[in-house]
Amino acid sequence: MSNPNQESDAEARARRGRNVAIALGLGLFVILIFVITVVRLGGDVINRSF
Amino acid sequence: MTPALSTPRMPATWRDFLQLMKPRVMSLVVFTALTGLVCAGAPVNPVIAVIAVFCIAIGAGASGALNMWYDADIDAQMRRTRGRPVAAGRVQGSDAAALGVVLSLFSVMVMAMAAGWLAAGLLAFTIVFYAVVYTMWLKRWTPQNIVIGGLAGALPPVIGWAAATGEAPLNAWLLCAIIFMWTPPHFWALSLYTSDDYEKVGVPMMPVVAGAASTRRQIWIYSLLFTPICIAPAFTGLGGMIYLAVASLGGAVFLVLAWRLLRSRAGETPGEREEGLYEVRAGARDARNLFAFSILYLTLLFATLLGEHLVGARPLELLS
Repeated sequence: MSNPNQESDAEARARRGRNVAIALGLGLFVILIFVITVVRLGGDVINRSF
Repeated sequence: MTPALSTPRMPATWRDFLQLMKPRVMSLVVFTALTGLVCAGAPVNPVIAVIAVFCIAIGAGASGALNMWYDADIDAQMRRTRGRPVAAGRVQGSDAAALGVVLSLFSVMVMAMAAGWLAAGLLAFTIVFYAVVYTMWLKRWTPQNIVIGGLAGALPPVIGWAAATGEAPLNAWLLCAIIFMWTPPHFWALSLYTSDDYEKVGVPMMPVVAGAASTRRQIWIYSLLFTPICIAPAFTGLGGMIYLAVASLGGAVFLVLAWRLLRSRAGETPGEREEGLYEVRAGARDARNLFAFSILYLTLLFATLLGEHLVGARPLELLS
C-alpha cells in the first residue's frame, strides 16, 4: 500500500527546482554585496590607517 | 481579501514564483528606469548602473507578488488573471506575501548600498504605493484607482535618474508625468472592453461606475493633456529633433484614435471582448486600437530618448 504522505515525483522535482532557485538567489545576493563593496570602495579598500 | 485560496493543487515550481513577479511588467519597468538613468547624463559606474536597474526590476517584482497575494480572490474570477499562480492555487498566498516582503527589503537595501538613499527611498515609496495604496486601498474603492495608482508605474525613470545622479530634477519628473498621464487613456481603453470582468468582481473601474460614454469622454480629455506633455521634453533640454518628430507625429495619431473612440459606441455592448487582449468584436475596435497604439507610442517615446542620449544627439534646448 502506498504511503499518502510520500512525495510524488512531480512534487520532488518541483521542490528540487525551488531549492536550486533559492540557492542561486542567495549566491547572487552574496556576489552582489561583494561587487558593490569593491566598486564603492575601489582603491580605498587597501588604504588603511594602521 | 485573499487567503481562502491557500491550498495548492499542484506543486509550485520556480516558474510559478517567477510569474508572481510579473516579468512583463518588470521588463517595461527596466526599460523606463534605464531611460531615466541614461537621460541623467551623469558619469555612472556601469556596474552600479546595472545593479540599480536590477534593484528596480526586483522591486517591481516584489510589488507584483504582493499584488497577486492580496488580489487572489478577484484574480480567480477574471479571465485575464485567473491563471495567476495564487489565484489558480499553485502557490500559497502566504508564500507569495513572503516573497514580496523579502524581495522588497532586498531591493531597497541593495539600492541604498549601490546608488544612495534617494534612489532607495523612491524605490521603497514606489513599492508601498503600489502594494498598499493602490492594491489594498484604491483599487476596490474608487474609479480613480488607476489614475492615482499610476504614479507607481510612472516613478521608475525618476528612480533611475536618482540612481545616476543622487538627485531628481524637473526633467526626471517630466518622464514621470508622461507615464502618469498615459496611464488613464491606456487602461480605460482596455477596460472599455473588459469591464464585464471588473463588474463581476466589484472593482469600480471607470466604465463600470460612470458608464462607457463618460469613460470615452475622460479618455479624450486625458489624451488632450497627455500629448503636449509628451512633446515638452523637446523644449526642456531632454529630447532632440528626432524626439520632437516622434512625439509630434505619434501624438497626432494618438489624438485621432482618441477622437475616433470618443465618437464610437465602444463599451456599450457587453461581451465585446473575445479571447486575448487584442481580439474584440467590431464595436470595441476603436478602444482596442487606442489601447494597442498607446503601448507603441510610449515605447517609441522612451526608445527615442534612450537612443538620442546613447548616441549623444544634441538636445534642442529651446527654452534653456
